[in-house]
Formats: sequence, C-alpha cells, structure tokens
Amino acid sequence: MTDEEGHRIEIIIGRLLQIGVGLSAVTVAFGAIVYLVQHGLENPPYGKFRGEPSGLTSFSGVFSGVAAFHGVAIIQLGLLLLIATPVARVLFSLLAFLHEKDWLYGFFTLIVLSVLAYGLFSR
Amino acid sequence: MNNLGFSLLLLIVSGMAGFLGSLTGLGGGVVLVPALTLAFGVDIRYAIGASLVSVIATSSGAAAAYVREGFSNIRIGMFLEIATSIGAVVGAFLATVVTTSFIGIVFGCVLIYSAWLSFQRRHASEHSEKPENPISAKLSLNGSYPGVTGERHPYSAEHPIQGFGLMGIAGILSGLLGIGSGAVKVIAMDHVMRLPFKVSTTTSNFMIGVTAAASAGIYFSRGYIDPGLAMPVMLGVLTGSLLGARHLMGAKVHSLRTIFAWTIVILGVEMLYKGITGKL
Repeated sequence: MTDEEGHRIEIIIGRLLQIGVGLSAVTVAFGAIVYLVQHGLENPPYGKFRGEPSGLTSFSGVFSGVAAFHGVAIIQLGLLLLIATPVARVLFSLLAFLHEKDWLYGFFTLIVLSVLAYGLFSR
Repeated sequence: MNNLGFSLLLLIVSGMAGFLGSLTGLGGGVVLVPALTLAFGVDIRYAIGASLVSVIATSSGAAAAYVREGFSNIRIGMFLEIATSIGAVVGAFLATVVTTSFIGIVFGCVLIYSAWLSFQRRHASEHSEKPENPISAKLSLNGSYPGVTGERHPYSAEHPIQGFGLMGIAGILSGLLGIGSGAVKVIAMDHVMRLPFKVSTTTSNFMIGVTAAASAGIYFSRGYIDPGLAMPVMLGVLTGSLLGARHLMGAKVHSLRTIFAWTIVILGVEMLYKGITGKL
C-alpha cells in the first residue's frame, strides 16, 4: 500500500466512522425521548450497583426490548451501534489488507478482530 | 431529582467535559468518571461503563478530521492495536474482580500522572541517524509524512517490542478505568518508538476507539452499561468535543489548559483519598 493509497483508504474509514457515530447518536437521542417520556419523573438509581437486567445485557434482550418500544432498549441499541463502529473499521481494514495481498497485516487484523469478537460475545 | 433533571444536568456537565477535553487535548473521559462518582454519587462501575461509551464516540467522531491531515499510519496502528485490544479485555476482566477502592487508587494515580505530563512541553523527537530497527523493517512499521512544501519526511519506529508492551499497559488501563489513556500512549509512541508528533497523535486517536470497543463488549454483557446514565454522557461528550475541535488552539487555550490540568490534579487527589479510605 503506497502512502497515497493508504490515505484514500483512511478517508473512506473516516467517513465510515462518522456514519456509525451519527447513526448511533440519532438512535440514542430518539431512545432518550422515549425513555424520558416513560420514566422521566422517576428517581435515578445509580448510587448502588446492581448490574443491568438481562434484557439489557444481551443482543436478543435488547432487540425484543426495542420491539416492545422500551426507551432504555432503544438507547442500548444505539450504544451497541457505537460499539460496532470501530469493529466495522477493523473489518474494513482486513478487506483492504487482503486486497493488497498483505498477508502479514491481514493476519494481524484478524487477531484484533477475534479479540473484539471475544469481548462482544463472551459470557 | 428525577431522571429528567438528572439527564439534563449530566448532559451539560458531560458537554463541558468534552468541550474542555478536546480544546485542551487532554481528553474528556479522564474527568468524567471522577465527576460522576464524586459529584453525582454514581457507582464507579456505572461511571466507567458510561465513560467508555463516550470515549468510542469522541475518537470515532474525530477520526474524519484527523484523516484529512494524512498523518496516521494504518500499519503501526493495527500492529499496536493487537496489544491495546488484548490489554483492554484483560483490564475489563480485572474491573469485575478488583474492589472499587483499588480502581479509585489506580484512577487517582493516572489522573495525577496525566496532569503532570501535560505540564511538560511535548517536543518533537529529533530525526535519528540510527539504522532502521530490523523488526520495524520486517513489520513495515515505517512511512513518510508530508512537509510544508510537499516534500516527504521518512520515519521508522524505534524499539517496537517495548512500544508494543507499553501499549498493552495502556490497553489494560483503558479497560479497567474506561478512559482513552492517551498519557500512556504518548510515552509509548513519542518517547519509546520515537514517532513524529503528528503521526503519533493521529494514529493513537484511531486506536482509542478499537481499544475501547474491546472492553465495552465485556462491560455490556456484564451489565455495567446503563442506558439511562450512558445516554446523557455520550450525547454530551460527543457534542462538546465536536464543538471543541472547531476552535483553534489559541493563546487563551494555554491558560485554560493549565486550569483544566489543575482540575485533573484535584480530582486525582480526591480519587486517591476516597480509594485509600475505602469510601468509593
């Protein structure tokens, strides 16, 4: 990959990241309105750590919460989109390295991708 | 105070943290966790979850601006991300087993250290005449960046193994404390690998998002990310940091930077105190 080529790829990556963050922010802001309408007058419970209920800590739980139009689940979906954004960036880099036939860096990127997948899917 | 008032207040505080953090280059995440725990009485684990999410937002949101400058090095970034992402997973698991007091003490030390580092003048590493490190050559940890008249300045990473190790520590701190840990990255890339200033800043911004995403997954499945708390924090920090990035570094920023750095020192001392006395 020459510097110019690398720069072109970076511009695409930069745009990709912006889109991911934008999508996530819009989803979170929409969820915030729904959440505040549903729970705005209750008291915040963050002084004591209890951990989130299972509906907010798994992909399937979040999706069914969104289907039921729960504000907290919509926010959580937005946050998952945000976490997925750098993952998409690494995936794109993998494709770029494989396209360049740079097997060493394709392998390095695959390691990073597996660590990210492990973090997301480990229970 | 109800959720509505709490969210609005947090939105404003996070917005200010993001604005000052990006304006001064010290990062907003580093003051968020202490602010949430000390001023709002939020449990430190929830605070770390919310901060981690906002770190991903600011680093990814700023990436496009950094890319335009054309200094970041994809290969060096990816090589070091192996270390930071593994470190982040280790740090996130550590966070689930150590006491909150321990987290508070480590946090206090990192805050004071970051402030101290910001008082030091960051000087460009002089071009070395040493032959290229054989490992750096093999892993193509090199490149060139454009000068003012369009000429290319070639560079190559020194001490790649030590830099890699330090990045692992940066990753652990990021996963344990929910911050971007820019201070440790500066040492690894500027002082140890001796990368040009612009290359290290832009490349490390790219890495921060990936590092935070590695531990955020674990925080999510462990129930540390609360949507009601993360929502105003993430929206506030993102908006604040984007506004801060629009302002150019001027003369006034220098005194602002000093004030902000002293704020970090005070927060660090308080975190240390609360951690040692077991009040977190």
